[in-house]
Amino acid sequence: MAESRNGNGIEASGLVREFKGGIRAVAGIDLEVAPGSIYGFLGPNGAGKSTTVHILTTLLPPSAGSARVAGHDVVTDGAGVRDSIGAALQEAALDPQLTAREHMRLQGALHGIPKREGRHRGDELIERVGLSEAADRKVVGYSGGMKRRLDLALALLHGPRVLFLDEPTTGLDIQSRTALWDEVAHLSRDEGVTVFLTTQYLEEAEQLADRVGIIDRGEIVAEGTPAELKAEIGRPTVAAVPADNDRESAARVLERFGELVPGSPNGAAVRLHDGAEELANIVRAFDSAGVRIANLELHAPSLNDVFLAKTGRSLEGAQAEAAEEGETGEQPVLEGAPA
Amino acid sequence: MSPAELRAKAAGQVPLLIQIRELARRSILRTIRQPAQIVPATIFPLILLAINSAGLDSATDLPGFPTDNYVTFALAFAFLQAGVFAVIGTGQNLAEDQVNGFFSRMQLTPIRPLALVAGQLAGTLALGLFQAGLYISVGLIAGGHIEAGIPGALVLIALATLITLAFGSIGLIAGMRASTPENVQGIFPLIFVFLFMSSMALPRDLIETDWFRTVATYNPVSYLIEGLRSILISGWDAEALALGFGLAVAILAVALTAATASIRGRMVRT
Repeated sequence: MAESRNGNGIEASGLVREFKGGIRAVAGIDLEVAPGSIYGFLGPNGAGKSTTVHILTTLLPPSAGSARVAGHDVVTDGAGVRDSIGAALQEAALDPQLTAREHMRLQGALHGIPKREGRHRGDELIERVGLSEAADRKVVGYSGGMKRRLDLALALLHGPRVLFLDEPTTGLDIQSRTALWDEVAHLSRDEGVTVFLTTQYLEEAEQLADRVGIIDRGEIVAEGTPAELKAEIGRPTVAAVPADNDRESAARVLERFGELVPGSPNGAAVRLHDGAEELANIVRAFDSAGVRIANLELHAPSLNDVFLAKTGRSLEGAQAEAAEEGETGEQPVLEGAPA
Repeated sequence: MSPAELRAKAAGQVPLLIQIRELARRSILRTIRQPAQIVPATIFPLILLAINSAGLDSATDLPGFPTDNYVTFALAFAFLQAGVFAVIGTGQNLAEDQVNGFFSRMQLTPIRPLALVAGQLAGTLALGLFQAGLYISVGLIAGGHIEAGIPGALVLIALATLITLAFGSIGLIAGMRASTPENVQGIFPLIFVFLFMSSMALPRDLIETDWFRTVATYNPVSYLIEGLRSILISGWDAEALALGFGLAVAILAVALTAATASIRGRMVRT
């Protein structure tokens, strides 16, 4: 087994995964995730997030490049990687006919954890994720949030040093999402577990991640702490929706205050040359130009603005685009690609 | 125990038998808890047995028919139908594991493909044993007869279970290939046709249509049925039993090897 070189961290260099037909789901990714930190991997559906996770968890070999997880090479020391990691993949991978406790028993046995220790650790984790009362109920009756929490507990059973969470809160209600966030934060802060978290939720990345990598079409387009990334964009934007649908007039007024950026389809938006203090001048300018405004909003820079600045599309827009491609069948089927 | 201590305890290769035991436990629990998988697989062969026995009873009047009790004759077919359901049930379970991600979860543990195959078949084996016992009991209550007596009943259960395991192994291949439970279900009619093109309704020498008799002669299912039937009707027929057991073992060996290879291929991690 290879000797640990990066502790509990993750390193990747030039990671590529190509599928049949030359489709590059991952197109040369470099990563450096510090031990004990939470790394948020943010991007729309089909951006390459899950494929990256599958490579880093050894479920899929890279077409090119290299990666080390907890000091183990993902290609030459897959077993070492698997011993060190826990993973909750996109779907809660549970047997609907088993109870939470039975899942724990099976998972513990497959990892070689002695029965008594496994039972003790399993009960402890079940309690920690708030499933004690449902521990002996079949998973088929669980809610989405309960399944996610059990999935997380199973991923933690053998005490992994690195945890991969692939869109762990997709489809969850706000309470379940917050509970999961608390648990993830606790794992990193109090137990020193490195967390690699993929998400399509800006709020999740902002709330949890120490560093964020924004991925689009298989490439990392921006990387840094949420604060650094937003500072890179720096200036706020103003979006205006005209009352009489006269977008052109609204855009003409706005462009005096900065450069136009894509915004609502009914209005226009501008990234301000100066700060938020321009807002009063903008209102006066609309008034003197006779443009009636139905809605005017000032946006502080967000990770969505970072995504917009780096890709020319909003994250929501990219999401809709990906969904549309899926619906119309424009996205080619990736043979051998993970779900 | 801290995560570090836990990792230290878990270090090293996990014994194969422990993996098989736990996966077998899961497979049996999963089977028991899905009445929708047990009930049709168990009841349907009994319904067909009742229909056939009622409708084809006069076949026993044919010159050369080996018994005067059609229930005894038809009982063997019930075991084969249970085998068909084993293909579907086992295949669907494995396909479902792939669809819901459970397979990926197992891939991330130090699991060995052989443990997965053996574990998956444990539920099939348990159901096969239950069905064999039930069919013998119902057959006897309905007026059937086991010529080879109680030892014959035990051999009958052994052969029926072996056949169920062999068919279950085919189900594993189907589960790996079909990748969704619905696709596995789709092969049901195909297998059923295969089953009917055998000596299930009449002894081969009484089938008058040449092409049908030829197909039935080349169909291995005929020899599985005849092996089972020999215990019920003839007593101890070494040739029929050797062919029945031999073919069941051969199907099991080939299907198991192919299923293991397929699962091993799917489980390849870096």
